[in-house]
Amino acid sequence: MSERSQLRLFVLRVLVVTILATLFGRLWFLQVYAGDTFDQAASANRVREVVEPAPRGELYDARGLPLVRNRTALVVSVSRSALQRESDRGAAVLDRLAAVIDVPAADLAKQITPCGMQSAPPCWRGSPFQPVPVQEYDARDPAALARVLRIEEHREDFPGVSAEFAAVRDYPGGQRGAHLLGYLGPLSQEETTRPEYAGVRPTALVGRSGVEASYDAALRGTDGSRQLLVDNVGTVTGTRGRTAPQPGDTLVLSIDAQVQAVAEDALRRAIERARTMESRAGGLLVADSGSIVVMEARTGRVVAMASYPSYDPAVFVGGATPAQYAELVDESRGAPLVFRAIQGAYAPASTFKVVSTAAAVSSGDYPLGGSYPCPGVYAPTGQRNFDSAPLGTIDLRTALVKSCDTVFYKFGYEQWQRDGGNRPVAAPRDPMIAMAKAFGLGERTGVDLPSERRGTIADRAYKQAFWESTKDNRCAGAVNPALTEERRQANAEFCSDGNRFRGGDATNFAIGQGDTLVTPLQLATVYAAIANGGAVLEPHVGRALLSPGGAVREIAPVVKRTVPVAPEVLGYVRDALSGVTQPGGTAAGAFVGAPVAVAGKTGTGEVANAQDTSWFASFAPAENPELVVVGMVSQGGTGGTVAAPMVREVYDGIYGGAGRAPALPGGRLPDLLPTRRPDGSIAPPGMP
Amino acid sequence: MSLSTPVRLGRRDAGLRERALGRDAALYRLDWVLALAVASLIGLGSLLVWSATRQRMIDADLDPQTFLQRHLLNAVIGLAMAAVAALVDYRSLHAYAPIIYGASVLGLVAVLTPLGSTINGAHSWIVLGTGFQVQPSEFAKVALVLGMAMLLADRRDRDSPPRTTDILAVLAIAAVPLALVMLQPDLGTALVFVFLVLGVLAIGAAPAIWLGGLVVAGVLVAGGAVQAGVLDDYQLDRFAAFTNPELDPRGAGFNSNQARIAIGSGGLLGKGLFEGTQTRGRFVPEQQTDFIFTVAGEELGLLGASTLLLLLGIVLWRGLRIASRSSDTFGRLVAAGVVAWFTFQSFVNIGMTLGIMPVTGLPLPFVSYGGSAMFANLLAVGLLQNVHLRSREL
Repeated sequence: MSERSQLRLFVLRVLVVTILATLFGRLWFLQVYAGDTFDQAASANRVREVVEPAPRGELYDARGLPLVRNRTALVVSVSRSALQRESDRGAAVLDRLAAVIDVPAADLAKQITPCGMQSAPPCWRGSPFQPVPVQEYDARDPAALARVLRIEEHREDFPGVSAEFAAVRDYPGGQRGAHLLGYLGPLSQEETTRPEYAGVRPTALVGRSGVEASYDAALRGTDGSRQLLVDNVGTVTGTRGRTAPQPGDTLVLSIDAQVQAVAEDALRRAIERARTMESRAGGLLVADSGSIVVMEARTGRVVAMASYPSYDPAVFVGGATPAQYAELVDESRGAPLVFRAIQGAYAPASTFKVVSTAAAVSSGDYPLGGSYPCPGVYAPTGQRNFDSAPLGTIDLRTALVKSCDTVFYKFGYEQWQRDGGNRPVAAPRDPMIAMAKAFGLGERTGVDLPSERRGTIADRAYKQAFWESTKDNRCAGAVNPALTEERRQANAEFCSDGNRFRGGDATNFAIGQGDTLVTPLQLATVYAAIANGGAVLEPHVGRALLSPGGAVREIAPVVKRTVPVAPEVLGYVRDALSGVTQPGGTAAGAFVGAPVAVAGKTGTGEVANAQDTSWFASFAPAENPELVVVGMVSQGGTGGTVAAPMVREVYDGIYGGAGRAPALPGGRLPDLLPTRRPDGSIAPPGMP
Repeated sequence: MSLSTPVRLGRRDAGLRERALGRDAALYRLDWVLALAVASLIGLGSLLVWSATRQRMIDADLDPQTFLQRHLLNAVIGLAMAAVAALVDYRSLHAYAPIIYGASVLGLVAVLTPLGSTINGAHSWIVLGTGFQVQPSEFAKVALVLGMAMLLADRRDRDSPPRTTDILAVLAIAAVPLALVMLQPDLGTALVFVFLVLGVLAIGAAPAIWLGGLVVAGVLVAGGAVQAGVLDDYQLDRFAAFTNPELDPRGAGFNSNQARIAIGSGGLLGKGLFEGTQTRGRFVPEQQTDFIFTVAGEELGLLGASTLLLLLGIVLWRGLRIASRSSDTFGRLVAAGVVAWFTFQSFVNIGMTLGIMPVTGLPLPFVSYGGSAMFANLLAVGLLQNVHLRSREL
């Protein structure tokens, strides 16, 4: 063998050793040095986590009656991303689907389009990559099953369409309490990253309004999961582990389903009645909307909360169709989705006089036992009594019972003067404004419901802010030749001193008119404070959460503060209010033969470019108040003619008047809570 | 050194029986280290092929041992072929080389005719009835080794470096199968041929300038092929995926990624035979053939995989030892060619599963499932033994 060959053999030998060493080195690197990374990758490869959704907690009323339950439904969903892969972007699929599920294809297209730049609701608010539920059927309905089978049997015709059994909300009471209970909706893409939705699967439905939203975290429970072992094509080869889902808590509300029905019926009937009545300005009353709040005077527990117009919460099960959603937010149809009790804000009008009275007396300016003139017109401002009738010199009780405006004009105006009038002192006392704030007006009541409005107190700061935000426009209007001389004049005045808190602002404030706005629930808390001796309560509709494990979390009443009003003043006001429903009072006609002694106050709110707001705020029994009932009808005329009879009907329903069986004998919610039986069903309070 | 020594003739006269079992019998004089290493590789490979296919067969409601049985049958047939190759007269080997070469070229041509068929994306098969197919390119490796060794050994000046004409002749007989394989196209096998040529020429004492020139020419041709678009897109994709494995983890880079996950997750001791999650879950495609090493890596860990490397190392080492001890040029070149072939194929195959070589469809010698490759590999081992027996005799 030549030397060269020997050398070459040696080189080949070295090469072989080098190659083997290289392979070994790489092997060591992959298996030992970087082994953990690959170990994780291998696990991620073969383990698929399948979420086992937690059953959502059900909702019961204070007496253990079901308000919202779960039932099994067949939900037809469409995956938009799958449709987009079709050559015609899924148009043919939607046409075929439309024929099967009886929803117009155009509506389907809108429903599955993610809410974005150009698409206003109806549109898909959830994640764009998640199938959109478009139709929902009762799983027990054979006709529905037949439809869904048509989809399943012709899978090739319906790419991206799926039909699955799912737990959906069921409403045994139909429309009852729709606003209060709320509805469910998908998480938006952005929300999935928020901390409050941590651990919520992206396809989950979460509470979107009502207690479904405010108690969402407790109701939704914790999803379980199953770790399935899969092969490369996703075939399940085994189970690695399972975490059982934690069902959500059962929510017991302080709502009484029967009283809720009483309130809703009374509200609807009052509105229907009002629409046959003449308005002050002539023509029939519009009575577009209204609300009733029934609340325990001492605890702030809400017994019923009605809002008109209402809607069927079932339309949200499986997703509202575009037409349905459009109807729910249509102003001309009264925007049924708006929860008037906490989202409607109106001038409180004369119902506010309880606060004015408390402020006038507590300020030390006007003795409780004093006598005050009630002329037809209050001279310093030229403002009239509501019905212009002079009542002579009267006491405060009569001022409330007869709702004399001029007495309160006087209080408001004189206190304004004491604060310096048009040249206010450095720190004006503003006793009425301070009292209104002490009663919790101008701030959210803190009720356990989402999207509550805070209302408005038209105080000095409000005037200043309003002026600042509008003055540029108004100052320009002062020199706009296109406007009338009169308008230019008004604009010029506003421009120069529209921020000034005038005497007229103070007098308007004293009778609850002007820009001051309250929600029916706020007014209920004001009357509860009068009734219970001064405690401003945080209203609650949630009574207790019952966990599947048996733990009971009661939602305790909360006293936000106590009003700075002496007990004898509150007692005086209560007594005066009991006179309102007696002969000679503004609501006397509505309460003849009432099943319980009711104390209350009418209110007729004047609204620019609309008919009056009709109010009646009350509590009963007058001597030992248990319940507060506040009723309001927007564009419903005077308080005494529409709202007061409506509230009377609620009392009749609760205490059993006008031949009706009492819905809540004694006006008291049960002290005991419903309990959770071991099988998960709910036992009424005090029952096994 | 001559092929016609009296001793050799005398042995031949003694008959096959005497040669196989007699006092000086081949059985005693075999390179038993090589034989045991090859047997161990086949044994280990059988387990790995079994594990790689067992779950799939169970899922398909078939006999889980189907592949194991066929693999073992292939091994037995291959061992018989090896025995023949080891015991056949050395001279006749030399004499038959042109015939073997010609037959294999015909086989490669047949693949390109309507006789050829495509299996698993490779158009390199001839189907001879149900369940029996042949891959002529595997046998072409054996034929090319023999052909080149014969050419270089037959030249007149045996102790001087081969002349240009000899080298050109070698290149010419290599070019024919190379071109035919490229037409399939089977880039991996073509590269095996290239390294075979380089190995045989190197050990055949060809001047360094030729070797260097061939390497440069090869690079230029490869570059030109890419530029001219001769390579299929999938081949380019594989290279792109090799340079950047995360480029397309579900596409071209998928095999490579999954292979590395399988091996990397095996750790030091592995997950245990039949317990590999990547293997059972069939995440690594072509696992019983091209990616068989991943089963070793995943289920037997660093320990098992490096044992496999060690066994391959022993085979290569013994091959080199046989080459260096060979009493003649032909034997030395045959051994060198076989070692170059096994070395290159092992490196590319394992390197590909480890992510240090691009994905090319080359089986791992003795370990991968596949009849033709098993037969060709064992024939080559038989040749090594033949050379070994011959060298010990003198």
